[in-house]
Order: sequence, then structure tokens, then C-alpha cells
Amino acid sequence: MDIKVHVRESEDDAYVVELGGEIDVYTSPKVKDAITELIDQGHYNLVINLEKVRYIDSTGLGVLIGGLKRVREHGGTVNLVCTNPQIKKIFDITGLVKIFGIFDDEAGAKKALA
Amino acid sequence: MNQPDTGSEHLGTVELRIPSKPEWVAVARLAVAAIANRLPFSVEEIEDLKLAIAEACTICIQQAGGSESIDITCEAATTHLRVEVRDHRYREGAEASKRPPVVAVEGEGLGIFLIQALMDTLDYSVDPHLGTELLMTKRVGA
Repeated sequence: MDIKVHVRESEDDAYVVELGGEIDVYTSPKVKDAITELIDQGHYNLVINLEKVRYIDSTGLGVLIGGLKRVREHGGTVNLVCTNPQIKKIFDITGLVKIFGIFDDEAGAKKALA
Repeated sequence: MNQPDTGSEHLGTVELRIPSKPEWVAVARLAVAAIANRLPFSVEEIEDLKLAIAEACTICIQQAGGSESIDITCEAATTHLRVEVRDHRYREGAEASKRPPVVAVEGEGLGIFLIQALMDTLDYSVDPHLGTELLMTKRVGA
């Protein structure tokens, strides 16, 4: 089981959390820690890139929802980059497509933050 | 619960017991995927099964009942896969009062919702004394 979390600042003052691997009940705390740390540092406009994520479950969705709720309290938002049809299906089923901005590429996700 | 197709032939039963810990959920997920591969499920249907079984195991763990293990029983048939996921909290005389509180987490409740959406049937019970039990069926090509 693996999860890769890479955080980087983009040129337009947004932060990108790039995730790879599988996000489940075991690995989601690591994702939560990365997002929480960014928010605690005052970064409220986030792009979470799920392009390299092969699998996500409800605990992973819960981490994303929790992050979105926290940044919205500060006027920020979370946009997602997702191209995996199976993961898109999960967002569709749960109705989260109406909550998150979901984009096919990082450029679109960052542009929509502005 | 809707009954699986009556004309179906039983192919075999596989039983798996995993420790009731997050790091073992992936093992259940992959084992069920391997079993589902023996049936004519599509790739998408197998992905649905993997997620549903993982959600069921996660529910058992998140109920934090102190059960040491989760039992997963897969009954494969020509037309469907029936999966039972259960833990054994307090089944052997432990006191209900020792049950740790359920920790509220973001997204709680999504697990059951996802299983219902991804599987064809689902019966479940969460009992503080008897434990958690989920019984679900996925039909081939449904």
C-alpha cells in the first residue's frame, strides 16, 4: 500500500497538493496531515491533484470534504484535478461533483481559483 | 434483501480473516478482487466490489468496538458474488460498557451510501453487543 504526498507552491500564490497511490483508511491520515498543515499556515486556496491516485474510499473523500470546509471558513476553496474515470464515478455517486470544482488539468484548476 | 438469481450455480466459498486494523483493509480489497476475477465481472464491476468490501471493513474498524479481527466470506456463483463482512465485538462475553465511543469523522455515513450504490443488495446491522455485519451481493453484468 502506498501513498505519495507532494506539496508545492505554484507561481500564482496557490498551493498544489499532488497525491499518488491509494487513499484509504490507512493512508488518508497522511493526506489529512498535509492539508491541515497548509491550512494552519494560512493557505486557503488549494489545488489537490488526484491524477496519480488509483483508488480513493470514503475516508479519503472525508479528508477532502474536511479540507474544503476549513478553507471555506476563510473564504478559500479547494479545486481537484481528476481524470481517472473510476474516481470520477465516486465523486458522481456521492454528489461531490456539486461541491468541489473538478478539472481535467492543473492549469484549469488553478485558473478557477483566481 | 433481494435474493440472488435462482438459476445460478455455486462455484465455491472463500473465507478470509484479517486483523481489525486499517493497514489490513487493502489485503481484503485485493483478495476480493482476485476472487471476483474468477467470475465474468467487468473491470469496472471489480473496482466497485473492491471499494464496497473496503468500505465494509472500514465501517467495522471505525465502529471501534474492540474486535480483533474481521471475517470476510465470499460465496462465488456463476451469476453473482455474495460477500459477508463481520466482526465479533462482545460476542464472547465482553462488557458493552467497555465499548469505546464512536469517533465522528468527516464523511462518516458515506461508506454505507457507497456500498448501497455500488452493490446490488445490502443488508447490514451495527450492534454494540454483537458487532457489525454487512451482507452484500453483486450480480454479474447487472
